[in-house]
Amino acid sequence: MKKNTIKEKSYLKFIFLNKLIAFSFSIVVLLIYFSFIIVIGFAPNLLAIFLFDSYITTGIIVGLSIIVFSIFLTFLYTIIANNFLDKIKENVKE
Amino acid sequence: MILLYLTFFILLPLNSYAESKINNSNYFAAIIFILFVFVTLLITYFASKKTNKKENYYAAGGKISGFQNGLAIAGDYMSAASFLGISGLVFLSGFDGLIYSIGFLVGWPIILFLISERLRNLGKYTFADVTSIRLGQSKIRILSSIGTLITILLYLIAQMVGAGSLIQILFGLPYDLAVWIVGILMIIYVGFGGMIATTWVQIIKAFLLIFGASVLAFLVFKEFSFSLSNLLSEAIKVHSSKEEILFPGKLISDPISAISLGIALIFGTAGLPHILMRFFTVPDAKSARISAFYATSFIGYFYLLTFIIGFGAIVFLSQNSIYLDESGGLLGSNNMAAIHLSHSIGGDLFLGFISAVAFATILAVVSGLTLAGASAIGRDFFVYVVKKGEEDEKKELIVSKLSSVIIGLLAISLGIFFEKQNVAFMVGLAFAVAASTNFPVLLLTITWKNLTTNGAYYGGMIGLITTVILVVLGPTIWVEILGFEDAIFPYKYPALFTVTVSFISIILISIKDKEINKIKNDEKFNKLTKIAYLGKN
Repeated sequence: MKKNTIKEKSYLKFIFLNKLIAFSFSIVVLLIYFSFIIVIGFAPNLLAIFLFDSYITTGIIVGLSIIVFSIFLTFLYTIIANNFLDKIKENVKE
Repeated sequence: MILLYLTFFILLPLNSYAESKINNSNYFAAIIFILFVFVTLLITYFASKKTNKKENYYAAGGKISGFQNGLAIAGDYMSAASFLGISGLVFLSGFDGLIYSIGFLVGWPIILFLISERLRNLGKYTFADVTSIRLGQSKIRILSSIGTLITILLYLIAQMVGAGSLIQILFGLPYDLAVWIVGILMIIYVGFGGMIATTWVQIIKAFLLIFGASVLAFLVFKEFSFSLSNLLSEAIKVHSSKEEILFPGKLISDPISAISLGIALIFGTAGLPHILMRFFTVPDAKSARISAFYATSFIGYFYLLTFIIGFGAIVFLSQNSIYLDESGGLLGSNNMAAIHLSHSIGGDLFLGFISAVAFATILAVVSGLTLAGASAIGRDFFVYVVKKGEEDEKKELIVSKLSSVIIGLLAISLGIFFEKQNVAFMVGLAFAVAASTNFPVLLLTITWKNLTTNGAYYGGMIGLITTVILVVLGPTIWVEILGFEDAIFPYKYPALFTVTVSFISIILISIKDKEINKIKNDEKFNKLTKIAYLGKN
């Protein structure tokens, strides 16, 4: 009986951790994207500043960075889930 | 019949491209394309020996690796619209094109974090497998097959019309014939080769497209000694809007529309049936995550390239009379920017290669769509609605394969019917329907304990109907197509409203649902959660 509740606890903890990571990552992406859109909508001038004495603007830097950062986040999540989370999963399963 | 079509290619060089001021005969494009068709038909032939089994027909036996599936997803998702359309948009308005590509990309991380592994753990062949684990089979299957069919038909029409006009320009074939060729090939791939053939068509296409776009961007970048600033400074010298092209412009003058478009793109991507279906082709949750990671990387990298290609097109095409028509616009519309650029910078051979890639691109996308439609009819509708869940592999596969033929013929006729219409809005509508019907039901099934069958069914239907009504009453159809003075619904992109309506309806109807046995519902949800996170065994 006691063993079962420990099992149950570690299972629930695992689900919670899983959801926490998945939702935090999602919120980061959504926040970045919608802030970008809102800045374009309400303060487009912020994205129209020339940088480094060149023709590269803040908007272009931010835009390209969002693409690169999205790729990085999927990389990070995959690494975390496929190693760290999957290990806990194997323990929980047993 | 195929041979007949192939002979057409050999006999007809790129007539209309040649008729324009560019003198070339593009046999090279025809050769590459025929090679692509030959290889893919060969794969289809071998695949057809295995598609008498359900798991092979719908899911390629679940034997595709994460990397392969990542490529195939990229091939499934990157349509000619994103290659030609987005580079054309950058050509036309610079920075604004980038805003679009970001919208098309950010749905991908969300799919990875929230959907991919749970979908793989819970489902078998279609995303309705997932929702029907805890919800009543027939209602949920009706809803998802309607959601799937509407999404893929709209998407297919847009692709077919695009294909027809593109091939007409590139290869000089009559529009109708071009649509027939695309349609017949996709029927053969999907009808005989199922998911196995479709996967390989998509993998080969993704490889060709990424390779072609990389070479194109490299050639452009080399001209500016690999300095983005040099490229941009040359571009603003020749573009009619000058420096404006480096700033956010007209595309997002209205924040509500912008947010609405963003919602459609993000949640729509996560609700596209032909994309969701791809996650059933890998063996486990681990490889589902790896597929989503590779897909995001390939798609993101590709959008970085289209940005350079678009700006390259501004520099090399804007003032080159060979590529312009009388009014100073780009020959054959802005969507031809990448194609003309390939000719300007790489000559006839490279033009041929990029043209063939564009053709392959269309084929891969329409095949994925047709397969998703066929499985919605054969599996969701025929097995679970008509036969009430009584499985008969042989009959089911006959229905699915026949459906792929019917969907193909339907796509051909609609493609021909809509030739002269503005179909660009259809892709937007497809995303809006996916975002307001498929996605809310799928997400709430996985995450919300109190969801009920009635909530999902009626709420999802309300989301679907609201979307269609708001699009019809909006500026694109009501004003531009039907010719009324003012739009009744002022926004071009309704997703902000329709996704909200859908979520609220599903939640309210579920809470008010009296038919439900609360304990049983909780039990089913707990069981689903367990499978979603731990896998089937």
